[in-house]
Amino acid sequence: MSASYHSWGRYPYERLTGEACQWQSDLPVALRRIVDTHGTTLPFGNGRSYGDSCMAASGHVLCMRTLDRFIEVDWAAGIIRAEAGVTLAEILSLAIPRGWFLAVTPGTKFVTLGGAIANDVHGKNHHARGTFGNHVRCFGLVRNCQEPVVCSPSQNADLFAATIGGLGLTGIVNWAEIQLIPIQSSQIDCSVVRFDNLGEFFSLSSELDPQHEYSVAWIDCLAKGGQTGRGVFIVGDHAEYGSLEAETRSRLMVPVAPPVSLINRLSLKAFNETYWRVHPAALTRKRVNYEPFFYPLDRILHWNRIYGRKGFQQYQCVIPDVEAESATRELLKNIADSGQGSFLAVLKRCGDISSPGLLSFPRPGTSLALDFPQNSRLEKDLFSRLDCIVREAGGRLYPAKDAHMLGSDFRRFYPAWEKLEALRDPSLNSRFWRRVTA
Amino acid sequence: MKRVLIIGATSAIANACARLWAEEGSEFFLVARNAEKLDQAAADLRARGAKSVTTCTLDLAHLEEHSTLVESCVQSLRQIDIALIAHGTLPDQKACEQDVNVALKEFANNGTSVISLLTLLANQFERQRCGSMAIISSVAADRGRPSNYVYGTAKAAVSTFCEGLQARMFKLGVHVMTIKPGFVDTPMTQGLKLPGLLLARPDDVARLILSGLQRKKAVLYTPRFWSLIMLIIKLVPNFVFKRINL
Repeated sequence: MSASYHSWGRYPYERLTGEACQWQSDLPVALRRIVDTHGTTLPFGNGRSYGDSCMAASGHVLCMRTLDRFIEVDWAAGIIRAEAGVTLAEILSLAIPRGWFLAVTPGTKFVTLGGAIANDVHGKNHHARGTFGNHVRCFGLVRNCQEPVVCSPSQNADLFAATIGGLGLTGIVNWAEIQLIPIQSSQIDCSVVRFDNLGEFFSLSSELDPQHEYSVAWIDCLAKGGQTGRGVFIVGDHAEYGSLEAETRSRLMVPVAPPVSLINRLSLKAFNETYWRVHPAALTRKRVNYEPFFYPLDRILHWNRIYGRKGFQQYQCVIPDVEAESATRELLKNIADSGQGSFLAVLKRCGDISSPGLLSFPRPGTSLALDFPQNSRLEKDLFSRLDCIVREAGGRLYPAKDAHMLGSDFRRFYPAWEKLEALRDPSLNSRFWRRVTA
Repeated sequence: MKRVLIIGATSAIANACARLWAEEGSEFFLVARNAEKLDQAAADLRARGAKSVTTCTLDLAHLEEHSTLVESCVQSLRQIDIALIAHGTLPDQKACEQDVNVALKEFANNGTSVISLLTLLANQFERQRCGSMAIISSVAADRGRPSNYVYGTAKAAVSTFCEGLQARMFKLGVHVMTIKPGFVDTPMTQGLKLPGLLLARPDDVARLILSGLQRKKAVLYTPRFWSLIMLIIKLVPNFVFKRINL
C-alpha cells in the first residue's frame, strides 16, 4: 500500500507518495526500485520536519518508520543500537525504567533515530551536551547500488560528518548506535521565573545556564516597547531521587485541520498575557515529570492541525553571541509589530560544544524559534525583514524548520554545503536541497 | 511472564503481539521461514525485555517436520501458555485460477499446515490442561468472494477446524480463539488498494488480540466493526451476491 504524506508544517502543500521498508534486507532493493522509477528519492522518518527538507524532490519517499527494531542494548553501559525508524519515544520507554535517558532530546519525542541524526537535533541542554550527533557512536549507511558501510568518527569519517545534519542526502541510515546518560529518577527538578525584558533574559541565562543541565525560555512574541522580549525562564536537572517511570498518560488529539487557523491576533494576545502573568516573579522551584518538561506539545497529537488547512511555517535562527542581544531585540520588534506569531516562541542560548556534523545548525549564540500561521504575505513581508537581520548579525537559519530560505543565504550560512554536495548520494534529493543549491 | 510459541513470528501482527508480551518479560519460541528476519525479530524482543528467545527456521510447507518442531518447542518452553499461529500468504487469486498447483499450494500454506500444527499442539495442550491457542484466520473465511476465494477457502477450513477444536479443548480448560482480522496495514497487504478508513495498524490489532485472550473470546474480529461488516456480507442473498464483485 502506498500512502501519502506531508511535512509537519503542512506547507509546501505538495503531497508525497511513499512506500514502506519493513526489513533491512529490503532496503537496498526498495531504494534501487524507487530510484529506477522516480529518478530520486529521500528517506522519510516520522514526518516531524517542518518545511521541505523532508520532501523528496521527486515527490516519492522511502518510509523508514516501519524499520523499528532494536538490535542490541547494553544496559550496563547505556548503549543502544537500533534500526533508524525507532522513535525517541520508543527508546525512552525502554531506557527510563532501566535508569537511562537520551543525552540530547529535541522538543518532541516523536522523531525517528534516523531523523534525529539527519537534522542533528538539539535540545534544552545544548550548552551542556551539544547536539544529538555528539552522542552518536556509529551508524550504518546504505547508498544506492553500493555495499552498506559503517560510519563512525574513525571509520568512513567523512561520511560520518556529512551524514550528521546531512538532511538524509548522503545515503540512508539503516541503524545507529547511541550513548545514553544515566539518571536516578524520571522526575525533573525545575525552576521557573518570569522576566520583564530581553536584557533580563540574557542576565538570567548567564547566571543560571552554567548551573543547570537544561535551560530554555518562553517569549511573549507580542510584547512591545520596554517589555520587548519578556517571558518565562525555565531551568531544570534530573532529580537525584524518585521513581523511574516512562510516561503512559493518555493523549489529546486535534482530530481535523479547521478551515482557518485557530491562532490569531486576539487568541494569541490573551494567551500570552495570561501565560506570562501566571508565572512567579521570583525564581521558584518545583518538581515535574520529564514529559511535560521536555515534550509539552506531544500531549496533543496532531497539534500542527490547529493552524488550519493552510498550515504554518516555523522561523528558527541562531545569532552569534556578540550581536545576540541587539539582533534578537530587532527580530522580536519586527515580529511584535507584525502582530503575528504563535504561543510557542522559544529563546535558548546555545553553547560552544561543536558538533561532528558538517551542516549542523547550532552554533554559540542565541537561538529564537517561533511558528507563524501560513499566509500569502508571510514570506515577503515579515520573513524577508527577519532574514535581513539574521544575515547582518552573522547568524543562520535551521534547514529542518525551513520552507523559505534563499539559496544565497543558505550557501553563506553553511559554507560546508559543497562538501555535502560532493558526498551526496546522487539518487537522493530533497525539495529543500534543490531549492537552496540551485 | 508467559511462555509463548509463535508460528510465523516475522509477520507484522505476530510481531506486534510479541512486543507486548516481551514487555512483560515473556519467554519465546519463534518459528519463521527466513533466518535473517527471524534473528532480527528475536534481537528486538530481547532488547524489549523478553526473558529468553529461542528461534527455529522452518518452511512450514514441510508438514513432516511439524512434530519435531512441536517437540523442540515443548523442550525449550516446557509448558506453552500461548500458541499464536500467524503464518500465511495472500495468494494471487488470478494465478490460482490459472494453475491448480498454485491453488493447492496456497491451500496447503494457509489451510493444511495450520491443521497439521493444531493437531499436534492440541495433544500437548491436552496434556497441560491449561493455556491458550490463538489462530489467525481471516474475515475472508466468512464468505467465498470472487476476489480471493482460494484464500477464503483455506481460512474457512481453519475456522471450522478451530470451532471444533474449541469445543473439544474447552472441557479440558484450554482456550482456543479464532482471530479474524480485516484489512491491516502490513507487508502482506502492501500493493493492494485498500480503503484507508478500514485499514488497521498491526499495533492496534495486537492489543485487541491480547485483550481477547484475556477475556477468553471464541471468535475475535479485529477491529470489532468487521463483525458487523461481515454480518451484512453474509446476509446478502445469493442471487445478489453472485452478481457483485467483492
